[in-house]
Parts: sequence; C-alpha cells; structure tokens
Amino acid sequence: MNVLLDLAISTLTQGLIYALLSYGVYITYKILDFPDLTVDGSFPLGAAVTAVLLTRGTDPFLTLLIAIAIGALAGLVTGLIHVRLHVRDLLAGIITMTALFSINLQIAGSNMTVERAASTIFTADPVMALLGALPLIYRKLIVSLLIALIGKLVLDVYLKTKNGLLLRAVGDNSVLVTSLAKDKGLVKITGLVIANALVALSGAIVCHEQRAFSSTMGTGQVVFGLATVIIGTTLFRSMSFVKGTTAVLVGSILYKGCIQIAISIGLPANLLKLVTAVLFLGILVFGHARKGGVKAHA
Amino acid sequence: MLELKNITKIYNPGTITEMCLFEDFSLTIENGEFLSIVGSNGSGKTSLLNIICGSIPIEGGDVLVGGESIVRQQDYKRYNRIGRVYQNPAMGTCPSLTILENMSLADNKGQRYNLTAGINKKRRAYYREQLASLGLGLEDKLDVKLESLSGGQRQAVALIMATLTPVDFLILDEHTAALDPKTAETIMVLTDKIVREKNLTAMMVTHNLRYAVQYGSRLIMMNEGRVIYEKAGAEKAALAVDDVLHIFTEISIECGN
Repeated sequence: MNVLLDLAISTLTQGLIYALLSYGVYITYKILDFPDLTVDGSFPLGAAVTAVLLTRGTDPFLTLLIAIAIGALAGLVTGLIHVRLHVRDLLAGIITMTALFSINLQIAGSNMTVERAASTIFTADPVMALLGALPLIYRKLIVSLLIALIGKLVLDVYLKTKNGLLLRAVGDNSVLVTSLAKDKGLVKITGLVIANALVALSGAIVCHEQRAFSSTMGTGQVVFGLATVIIGTTLFRSMSFVKGTTAVLVGSILYKGCIQIAISIGLPANLLKLVTAVLFLGILVFGHARKGGVKAHA
Repeated sequence: MLELKNITKIYNPGTITEMCLFEDFSLTIENGEFLSIVGSNGSGKTSLLNIICGSIPIEGGDVLVGGESIVRQQDYKRYNRIGRVYQNPAMGTCPSLTILENMSLADNKGQRYNLTAGINKKRRAYYREQLASLGLGLEDKLDVKLESLSGGQRQAVALIMATLTPVDFLILDEHTAALDPKTAETIMVLTDKIVREKNLTAMMVTHNLRYAVQYGSRLIMMNEGRVIYEKAGAEKAALAVDDVLHIFTEISIECGN
C-alpha cells in the first residue's frame, strides 16, 4: 500500500513540475496561436544550465532564476527569427530547437548527473528548516506544489494587466493590435519569451528532482504540453469560470497519471511514445467531436 | 489635412500578373471633411485606404498628414492618429475577450500597455454610457464575450472602440456591407453622429450609393485607379442617388461589367 501511495505522490509531483511547461505551451498554443517547437529545446536547456550550476554549488533557488532568464532568451531567439526575419512560426521554432540541442550539449558537456552532495531546492537550508521533518518525497511534493501555484497566480495576474490583455488580443485578432498603434510582432515576441522562460523553469526543476540532465530529455515535450493544454481546456470547456491556467494544471496532473497507470499495468517503456501519440489523437478527436456537437446545437 | 501625392501602386511588380492600379494618383482631404468613396470592384477604393494606413507598400509617391510625410512610418505607428473600422465585424474586436476587456484595450490606445491593471473599474460607467448611446442594450453585457454577439453588435462595438480615444482620421472600409439593412442603417446613423461630435476627418468606402449621397460632405467615384466623378459642398448636398447611379451604370457598361 505504501508503495502505491509513494507512486501516487511522485506522479502528482511530476504533474505539478511539468505544469509549468504546460503554462508555457498554453501561452503559445492557446493564447498566441503559435505552434512553438522551441519547447523541445528550451526544456532541456533549463535542465542543462541547472545541472552545471548545481554541480558548481550555486544557490539552488538562484539556479531557477537563471534558468528562467536563459529560457526567455531562447524564446526571444524564436521570436526574432519569426517576426524580424519573417520565417514561418513552425520553422522558427524548429530552427531554435535544433540549435539548442547542440547548445545544451555544449553547456553540459554531455549527459550529466548532479552528485548527492550538491544541494537542490528540495534539500536547501530554508526548505529543510521548514519541512526537514518530512521525508524527501513529501518535501518534493510541497515545494513543487508551491512553485506550480505561484507560477499560476503570477500568470493569472499578468494576463489581467494591460500588457497581458494585449497578449491575449494578438492571438485573437492581430489586426486589432495594429489598430491600437502597437507592434504586433513585439507582442508575439513577449509571449514567446514568457512561455519559454516557464518551460526552462520546468526543465530546471526536473533537473533538481532527478539530479540529472540528458540531451534527449526534451524529446516529446511539445507533444506533452499540447496534450495537457488540450485535455485541460476540453475538460473545462463548459465551465467558463475555470481559468485556463487551472485547466492546464489539472491536465498536466491527469496526463502524468495516465502514463503512470499505463506503466504500472505493465506497458513496455518502448511503447510509451506510441501510447502518447494514440492518447493525443484520441483527445484531439474527442475534443473536436464535442466542439462540433456544440455547434450542431447552436 | 491628408494628402496623397503622385501615388504609384503596382500589384505583383515584375511578374506576368503585374497590374498598375495607381499611376500619378493625387487626392487631398481637408480637415473635418467626410469623404464618401464609391466605385466598382477593383477600382482602387480599398487600396486607397490601405495606402493611407500603410497596410500595403507603394512603388512611388508620398502620403502627407498636415504637410508631414508618413510614407516611411510603419503601419502600427500611423494608427496613433487613425481609427479604422473594417468590413468584417470580427476585425475590429477580440472575440474571446469580453466587451469590458475590449473597451479597456481601446481606451488605452496611445498609452503604454504596461503591467498595471488592464481594467479600470472607474471607467465602467463611462463605457456603459458609450455603449448605451448605441441603443442596442450592450451596456448590460459588459462581461459578455464578443464572440457571442451578432455581427451588427460587434460592428457597433468596433466603431465605438475605434473612436474611443482621440484620433484625427476615421477610416471606414465598407463597414456596413456585412450587416442587414436595419443594422446597417443604425451603424450609419451612429457613424455620422460620431464624426460630427468628435469633429473627425472621415473616409468611407461604400457600395451603398444611398449612404454615399446621404452622408458626408464630399463624394468621389473611382474607376481603374482614377477619380472620375466628384461633388462637394452645396453640389453634393443637392445630389440625388439616381444621378450617381446613372454615372455608375455608364462606367460599368463601358468596362463590360
């Protein structure tokens, strides 16, 4: 029984950590209407930077801020390629993602592990002072929950500011942004910067949690992000009072739960991506069918 | 004063489909003038508006506002002095934002979109008042998303939004064309009221000859990138729809339309 509980807790923790990535994809895919593939590169970028910094004994919480800044930079690059060099959105993301694969390896040298002695956000002094009595697995849960909630609240507040309203407007109707005498390209870049900062933060926390960076850890993260956004927003479509960020947070936890259940009942790890793809297709078709249904009634 | 000087506009330059629309085209619009522009499809009406707003590039000529050239200014910067309402009601508003959020966005035009609260609760009463002037009952729907409004309601909100902050020019690009006759009438009456009250310089492209004759202080008819008929002042006021229709039909026959 304890094993099951532990498994449930660690799955929940995973869902919370990856929710930050989902917020990022929510901004690009749902708000900006920009299919941003940078994510597959900016996620391991956050982890690579963090692995190096943790190994050097940098303050664990400082590594998060640095990962945010570096992730923002990745988003800026994609934004500039798309807006200033007029490269298609999808291709702009692919270019940055491809470049980041090499850059990540340059940063980390190779796949690397963070040794036990290095302190992480789950073992740092302030956390131990408050939660030291709890086992590591609970500390991970609580710290991840706090970060996921803070991320959500900050994003919720931002989306209600003037700048946030403009961001929501640009994906909805970019012509209006031009009519408001604002450069729509700049607004798009802002969105990509925020999104990839969140994605890199997610990667950084995964690195804290697993004490490892692997060059391939970014593979499939875009799909994960898209799936959680679509699960979340489909699930809560009829409940307009539920915020988008809440929806994708729930989506992220549900998704991680589904995958964990699939593995627990004996699904070979080699088939995981296949199952992911089928699950993703299912969600899209299901979501589409429901949307169509609503229209048919209208 | 808005001046278009010796404009050359070529579509698809250097290709087999190259088409010269404007050649040495000039037009002056005085401050406070309400200009109605009519003409058949492809005569250059909408291109004219797009050139003023910087939405399309030109091959030659100059656009001047108050004697100052704006031809090198990027489109979004030009909108600091221009409000524009499009034919498609969806272009002037954000469907997934509420009326209140849309109004707040428009209300902040000309200022910074920073990290302060997007919605100023104190302005709510002012927005209600503006919307109430439409007589569509929208003042009680501030928290409704634009996507659930009808085309006419959206266009009414778009018109209010385009003129909420002080602008010099109002560009109306067939803004009643997608609406039913009754709603179109409502929007047209409202447009006229706003243009008068705010003393705007307006340019309206329309296919509705009655609107062109009934509203505005000056009328021009365009054909193949040239102004072929023009009436202003007292002459314009005395104009009947049939007079314009007659000329319109003549050109159409000439062009084989």
